[in-house]
Amino acid sequence: MGLALITLWILSVIVFLAGQLLPGDPGRAILGPLAEQRAVTTLDHQLGVDKPLITQYWNWLTGILHGDLGTSYTYQQPIRPFITTALWNSLKLAAVAFLMCVPLAILAGVLAALNVGSWKDRSISVVGLSALALPEFVSGVFLAIIFGIWLNVLPLDATPPPGASPATVVYHLILPAIPLTLVLFGYIMRMARAGTVAALEADYTRTAVLKGLPRSTVVRRHVLRNSLLPTITVVATQVGYLIGGLVVVENMFHYQGIGALVFTAANSKDFPMLEAGVLTIGVVYLLATLVADISYTLLNPRLRLGGAE
Amino acid sequence: MNALPAAEAPAAGAIDAGAGQARRELLRELLHSKTFAVGGVIVAFWCFCAIFGYHIGPYGPFDQDLNSVNAAPSSAHWFGTDQLGRDVFSRVIAGARTVLVVSLVATLLGTVLGTILGLVTGYLRGWVDETISRFIDAVLSLPLIVTAILVIAALGPSNVTLTITIGLIFAPLIGRTVRTAVIQERELDYVTAARLRGENGVYIMFAELLPNVMAPVMVEFTVRLGYAIFTAATLSFLNFGIQLPTPDWGLDISQNFSEITAGYWWEVLFPAAAIATLVIGINLVADAVEGVLDR
Repeated sequence: MGLALITLWILSVIVFLAGQLLPGDPGRAILGPLAEQRAVTTLDHQLGVDKPLITQYWNWLTGILHGDLGTSYTYQQPIRPFITTALWNSLKLAAVAFLMCVPLAILAGVLAALNVGSWKDRSISVVGLSALALPEFVSGVFLAIIFGIWLNVLPLDATPPPGASPATVVYHLILPAIPLTLVLFGYIMRMARAGTVAALEADYTRTAVLKGLPRSTVVRRHVLRNSLLPTITVVATQVGYLIGGLVVVENMFHYQGIGALVFTAANSKDFPMLEAGVLTIGVVYLLATLVADISYTLLNPRLRLGGAE
Repeated sequence: MNALPAAEAPAAGAIDAGAGQARRELLRELLHSKTFAVGGVIVAFWCFCAIFGYHIGPYGPFDQDLNSVNAAPSSAHWFGTDQLGRDVFSRVIAGARTVLVVSLVATLLGTVLGTILGLVTGYLRGWVDETISRFIDAVLSLPLIVTAILVIAALGPSNVTLTITIGLIFAPLIGRTVRTAVIQERELDYVTAARLRGENGVYIMFAELLPNVMAPVMVEFTVRLGYAIFTAATLSFLNFGIQLPTPDWGLDISQNFSEITAGYWWEVLFPAAAIATLVIGINLVADAVEGVLDR
C-alpha cells in the first residue's frame, strides 16, 4: 500500500514533467511556429506556465488532491467531467470485453491441458499464440472486414444511437471488444494451460487418482482449484494492458472512452487533459494491481490462514 | 600471487574453446528447428523487401494512377489501389522498411540500456537498486502505448522520436530480466574470486557477469523485437511515427480505414496481413531461440 503510494507519486512527477517540461514552450506548441512571440508570451502567462516549475507542480498536485483536475486548453472547461464520462464509457467496453474473453480463455486453456499433445491442444495453442502476437489494430482490421463488411452482421461504430437499449449498447460494443481482448485471451489461455498441466502432474493429483476418485472429481476438486489461482491474478494485472489497447480500439471504432480522450488530447496538444487522462490510467492500473494482490490472498488458503510453509 | 594468473590461463583457454563449441552446437540445433526455419524465411522475406522494396514493386510506391482510384484487386493491380490511385501491392512491399528499421534500432537501444541497467542494479543492490527499481515501477505502471503517446505528444511525431521512445520504454523491461539473472550469478564463486582478486565493479559487471547472462539477454532481444514491431506499427497507426506520403503499413491502414465502410477493404487488409505475417514470423524465431537457449 505504501509502495503503491510512492509509485503513484513518482508517476505524477513523470506525467507532470512530460506534459510541462518536454514540450518546451506550451504557448508555442499550441500556436505553432508562425505565431508572434508576443501572442505566445501572453498565452503562456494566461496558462500560468511562465511560473517556476516547482510552483506549477505544487498547484497542479494540490488541485488534483482536492479533486480539481485543471482546465482543458481546447475546451476552456474543467477537465473532471470529461474524465469521468470517458472512464465510465471505457469501463463499459472493458466489462463487455472481459466477460467475453475470460471464461472462454480459461475454458480453452483447460481443454488444451486436459488433451496435452493432441490436435485439440495444438490448434488451441496456435490460435492462442497468434492472438498474443497480433496488434489490436491488425486483428481489428480483420474482424471489421469479415464481420462488418463481408458478413455485415456487426456495426462498425461502437457508439450506439442515443437512447438505445442496453442490449443495443452491448451489440455495438462486441466488435471493438474482440480485438481489445484477443491479446489477453492468448495470455490467459496459456497461463490456464500451463497451470493445469503443472497441477495434473503434481503429487496430490496422483494421490487423488490412485485413491480411485473419478476423473471429473479429480479435475474439479484437485486440479482446477490449484491451477486457476495464478490465472486469476494474471487477469487482474492485465487490466493495465487492456487500457493500452483502449487507445487503439476506441479510435478505430469511434468510441468516447479514456483511450480516445488521451489520444485526442495528445493530438491537439491539450496538455492538462493529457496529464489528467494519463494519471487516471495510472491510478486505475495501480488499483487493479492492489485488487489482484488482495484477491490472491483471499483465494489462496495457504495465505489466508496466515501460516507459513 | 603471481602464479595465480599463469595457472589460470590454460584453464580459461579450455573454457573458451568449450564455450565456442557449445555455441556452434546451439547454432546447429537452432538451424535444425522447424519453427526457426519457418519464422526465419518470413522474416528474411520482409528484410529483403525492406532493402529493395522501393525498386522491386510493379509500380513506384508514390505513383498515382488517377484513372483507377479505389480500384479492386485485378491483374493490373494485384492488391488494388488506394484513394489516391496508388498501387497497394507496391506500397506494402516498400512499407516493410520503416517498421523494420524502427523496431530493430529501438530493440537494440533498449537491450543495450536494459542490460546496463540490469547489471548495475543487480550487482550493486542497496539504495541504487531500490531507487531505480521504484522509478521503473512507476514507468511500468502505465501501458506502453500511453507512455509513448505522452512522450511523443510532447516532442512531436517523427521516426527518430518513435525509435528512441520505444527503446527507452523497453530498457527497464529488459533491465528487470537481466537483474534477476545477475542476482543469481553474483553469488557464484567466480564472482567472489574476481572480487578477491581486487577487480573493480565495472570489470566484474562487464567482463565476468555479462558473458554469463548473455543467454537471457539474447532471449530478451528476440522476444522484444516482436513487441517492438507490435508497438511501432501501433504507434504509426496512431500517426505518431513517420508522416505521409512515406509508405508504411500502420500509417496506410489508418489513412484508409475510414474507407472500408464504402467497401474498399483491400486498402487495409493487405497491409494488415503484412504486419500479421511479420509479427508471427518474429515470434516463431523468438520461440525457437528461447527453446534452444533455455535448455
